[in-house]
Amino acid sequence: MSSAPLLEVEGLDVSFPGRGGTTRAVRNASFSLGRERLGIVGESGSGKSTTGRALLGLISTPGIVTAKRMAFGGLDLRGLGDADWQHLRGRRMSMVMQDPKYSLNPVLKVGEQIEETYRLHHRASRGEARRRALAMLEAVKIRDPDLVYHLYAHQLSGGMGQRAMIAMMLIAEPDLLIADEPTSALDVTVQNEVLRILDDLVTDRGMGLIFISHNLTVVGSFCDRVLVMYGGRIVEELKASELSDAKHPYTQALIKAAPSLDNPLAELAVVVRDPEWLR
Amino acid sequence: MIEVSGLSVTFRNGGRPVHAVRNVSFTVAKGESFGIVGESGSGKSTILKAIAGLVDTTGPALRIDGRPTGRWRGKAERRVMQFVFQDPYGSLHPRQTVDDALREPLLIHGIGDVDALVGAALADVGLLPIHRYRFPHQLSGGQRQRVAIARALILKPSILLLDEPTSALDVSVQAEILNLISRLRASYQLTSILVSHDLGVVAHLCGRIAIMKTGQVVELLDVASLRGGKTKEAYTQELLAASKGFTRADA
Repeated sequence: MSSAPLLEVEGLDVSFPGRGGTTRAVRNASFSLGRERLGIVGESGSGKSTTGRALLGLISTPGIVTAKRMAFGGLDLRGLGDADWQHLRGRRMSMVMQDPKYSLNPVLKVGEQIEETYRLHHRASRGEARRRALAMLEAVKIRDPDLVYHLYAHQLSGGMGQRAMIAMMLIAEPDLLIADEPTSALDVTVQNEVLRILDDLVTDRGMGLIFISHNLTVVGSFCDRVLVMYGGRIVEELKASELSDAKHPYTQALIKAAPSLDNPLAELAVVVRDPEWLR
Repeated sequence: MIEVSGLSVTFRNGGRPVHAVRNVSFTVAKGESFGIVGESGSGKSTILKAIAGLVDTTGPALRIDGRPTGRWRGKAERRVMQFVFQDPYGSLHPRQTVDDALREPLLIHGIGDVDALVGAALADVGLLPIHRYRFPHQLSGGQRQRVAIARALILKPSILLLDEPTSALDVSVQAEILNLISRLRASYQLTSILVSHDLGVVAHLCGRIAIMKTGQVVELLDVASLRGGKTKEAYTQELLAASKGFTRADA
């Protein structure tokens, strides 16, 4: 891990004005990311995905994003224009979404989509882009890249589709990848293959990874550090290896609520929410 | 209570046969809770649908309570067995209130005293009287799944079929629903079959477990052997290892 952090966020707020008053989806979130795997866990509505989207400038009007500091590799992300974002996104930072069925273009061949991403950010001939796309498909452990290149999204299984998504996001070689529930739609055995690919990319290329998930087991075993979010706030930040010694009662309750294979319980612990956590 | 012997289900996909379930046999005793685990496409949900008479099976392969049964069921046979589906967003009619949803099975089966029964069923699953006239979109995912459970239990069935009842829910809500299912199962003395991809959930609720892969049961084992890792099949080991989280190759 290099000494200067890749990403620094201080006092990030995201709010959505609405008829019933303003919804503050993220409140005063501060964290930094080096060339490491940072996990963000929380339940639905805790603001974890919104945080990820805010980092990529994907919160559209009427959503409001404010921060005391939001810097990516020394560049201030606050108040960037559309053209600046266009330049950053894909090339230097990108995002893998949850379900490849919805995030791949259904009417373009998989290979063409990957190629398009490359040509958008690099001056390259079609032949060169195609060679890159095939190499990338191979890098994400797709056994027969030539075959998969010519398939459409609906012809791919969940695991294959997610690999194709990762290939597309990584062909421009970004420094930061935000993965929003990248393995939640996949079977456990396939999930681990996809995680291994992400893991190798962090290790080999020194990429920074933000891994958003609701699954504590996966985050605990895969990431280096974990942020726990509740009601838009980061309630706890800790090392993934120390997840079982979590201090915050919410984190402890989440861990206890999941049925475990190792310790059978007659009744599962229910999360009792304390209004104090929202202060 | 439920005897499945040599069950096969074949679908046709553009003239090409797809063998979703191949020659599966198991029995579930009265009051037992049985679990089926497998990855997507392994045929676990199809078995449940076959038991409920929702898909065609090849040959007579099912006996419920000693009597052979097939796709066609009488009203009394259907009443004995109730189903809770995975997606509480899809399984409730968007333009019917909770009251409508719970009333319907009672009307179909010609059971009187509807008002009192609906009220009692709501209380049973931990919902309040204010929820009774709400529409599904006014309820959270966990509350909707409570409604689905109430609807299944309102006919006082003896068999409850659960298809991934908590996989669309957050872990904290899952804990509440799993606790509810185990409490109701004990108080109604239900025989149940639970299908899930989550080994933790199945081990929590079930005594005996079938592991499925590509339409076949690869292993049948009790929960203690599963927890202890005493499995014979490599595939079960693989599932167990995978469900404990990510492992780096060098670790």
